[in-house]
Amino acid sequence: MTATLLAHKDLLLFIGAAALKVLVFLNGVMGFTALLTLAERKVSALMQDRVGPNRASIFGLALNGLFHPVADGIKMLVKEDFVPGRADKLLFALAPFFALVPVMALFALIPFGDYVMVFGYRLDLVIAQVPLGVFLVLALSGLAIYGVFLGGWASGNNFTLLGALRGAAQMVSYEVVLGLTLVGLMMIYGTAGLQDLVRAQGKLLFGFVPAWGIVVQPLGFVLFLTAAIAENKRTPFDLVEGESEIIGYFMEYSSMRFAAFMFSEFVEIILVSMLSATLFFGGWQVPYLYDTGFVLPGGAALPLNHYLVAALQVASFSAKTVFFSWFLLVVRWTLPRFRFDQLMTLCWKRLLPLALFNILLTGAALLALGKL
Amino acid sequence: MDRKNPDLPKNWELEKLEDGRLVLNMGPSHPAMHGIVRILLTVDGERVTDADAEIGYLHRGFEKTCENVTWNQCVPYTDRLNYVSPFINNVGFALAVEKLMGIETPARCQYIRVIMSEISRITDHLTCLGANAMELSAFTVYFYLINAREALYRLGDSAAGGRVTPAYTRVGGLTRDLPPDFKRDAAEALASVRRNVADAEKMLTRNRIFHDRLRGTGAISKEEALGMSFTGPALRSTGVPLDVRKATPYLVYDRFDFDIPVGSNGDNYDRYLVRLEEIRQSARIIEQALAQLPDGPVNHPAYDVILPPKPEVYNSIEGLMAHFKLTFEGVKPPAGEVYQAVEGGNGEVGFYLVSDGSGRPWRLRLRPPCFPLTAGLPKLIKGGYIADIVATFGQINMIGGELER
Repeated sequence: MTATLLAHKDLLLFIGAAALKVLVFLNGVMGFTALLTLAERKVSALMQDRVGPNRASIFGLALNGLFHPVADGIKMLVKEDFVPGRADKLLFALAPFFALVPVMALFALIPFGDYVMVFGYRLDLVIAQVPLGVFLVLALSGLAIYGVFLGGWASGNNFTLLGALRGAAQMVSYEVVLGLTLVGLMMIYGTAGLQDLVRAQGKLLFGFVPAWGIVVQPLGFVLFLTAAIAENKRTPFDLVEGESEIIGYFMEYSSMRFAAFMFSEFVEIILVSMLSATLFFGGWQVPYLYDTGFVLPGGAALPLNHYLVAALQVASFSAKTVFFSWFLLVVRWTLPRFRFDQLMTLCWKRLLPLALFNILLTGAALLALGKL
Repeated sequence: MDRKNPDLPKNWELEKLEDGRLVLNMGPSHPAMHGIVRILLTVDGERVTDADAEIGYLHRGFEKTCENVTWNQCVPYTDRLNYVSPFINNVGFALAVEKLMGIETPARCQYIRVIMSEISRITDHLTCLGANAMELSAFTVYFYLINAREALYRLGDSAAGGRVTPAYTRVGGLTRDLPPDFKRDAAEALASVRRNVADAEKMLTRNRIFHDRLRGTGAISKEEALGMSFTGPALRSTGVPLDVRKATPYLVYDRFDFDIPVGSNGDNYDRYLVRLEEIRQSARIIEQALAQLPDGPVNHPAYDVILPPKPEVYNSIEGLMAHFKLTFEGVKPPAGEVYQAVEGGNGEVGFYLVSDGSGRPWRLRLRPPCFPLTAGLPKLIKGGYIADIVATFGQINMIGGELER
């Protein structure tokens, strides 16, 4: 027995490490999502001169609304789970899973730190090291369409059907732009693995500018963020929901099934934030921080403990994620909604040509610099 | 159309017409329809090919009810017509009855009525623009404008003792005079309005998304608008400078300097701009009226019109008799009929009254500005997108209480 275990030591260690990372990272994401539902309401309240939710309390302790996510969760769990009589029962039940699972799976690809040495073993701070991570990200985010489309179609309601049609058209269109905006990035760094992309962003340009994606691909970043918000289906791209027009593809859903759609939307905010940080803002990189500690361009150095460096990097990644999440909330509460035809015009006539131009520009620059 | 159960309402079916178009039942239970109107749509994809507005969900029998109460008892009912600009309804009704009786209120009363009407006009426009922005998902703007409206509601409350249902006017006067600090409070409230409107304007007027959503949608030509008897901002947005305050001045409107903003395209964006400018013009009128506000009584001196003051009721038989007669029988306009229009938030609010000389209206008929506007709604939304319905419906500013009476 012991011999068998020892023979498979590497495999067991790998499984154990992966399970640990999933547990820690995914729980962190879940906790952050719950807080984000509160943050959405608090940020909007702040912008709109209101107080925001502050009533849910435990033994009279309200903590300015901190328990609202818990209260919402309990409420969603005990609500009646209603299925419309004319709904397609199977697809109606499956749609929330299609909405949530691909989004959750995507977190496996995101590097939230470099590595830590634990008892002499090197623990990479990413759940799945995939060489072509960028493509897997695009493929999995493409699957999220099914949640919207099946949910809207299976409900058997004209309004949800319209929502489903809008959703399918919108997400398919912006998928194209989303993919193209990342081409320039891959051309420059010469890799499609997310961890490799982040490592490549640790280098310095001209000896002092960190080679983050935003520096080398500013246009690509703007396009990526626009397309990502559209993929996320949030205002100004929330036509799928359009609560004052067609009420939304999940109109017929209630209880936890509805919560699954809602939750996936908030998880997507975090995902978009993490992807923006990873691809364009150096992921876990802290400027001038290397394995051994800070080394400033002038030559001044501040040696740091390995664990401190790892902690700083994870903290840097978290801070960037929080920043982008906040930014997405502010955008959501500032802009009105597009109309369907305007949305399509924006995608196919504005963003797509710009994305192609960005690739051309990147290629030309690389050719001129002799790095192709 | 193959239906299993013909008794089911239409929207229970994924109903498709033979040419592939979809029948969509928008409202009355729909977030943008305010719960009180139903639009039956035929859509080709996202395009509206046919539309039919169905009203009547808020009919309360206002006109018939008024025939059974005294003239002054009608005033609280008028609050509930256009409930976001109640003072204008109060004033319009009081003016109509006074016209019937051939009396005129003191100057101070007329100024106060102008001030309150303009406050109501601003609250009406603020609500309309705020709700319109909210339905286009610019939620934050809604709160900016509602904050401004709140300042004005408080101001109206301080004078009339009611925010939404003030019932401020009486035939021949007002329920009470303005409170002592009114001028100062009004200046503060107007400053709040200007600040919030400026904030909202920054977020909307030059916002590309908002502009594109409103520009060119729900457009109507000058001739068509006149033909459908549109009034108010919806008519002025087409370029017709018709405003009851200028066309047939009532109260003391001819003593103030204010402009009538007009649009040129007759679309939602012009309606938005017209309303925005009217808020500023109304603020100007209020300031001028407050500066010119004369001292003196607010009520008509005759005791067969206005209740006598309490000391006279308690201490003189004439006062007690007048009080009794007015309370039980009400004011008694001579037999006859009259039409009096005032400029409401949405257009011409007209009261047509018929009296048989008794203490109650023989017939009362309201000309609601929303009625022609809602009748024209299908014309405005046909050919547009489903999303345009929300923008157009918001700018039409249909108020159920006024429309369906």
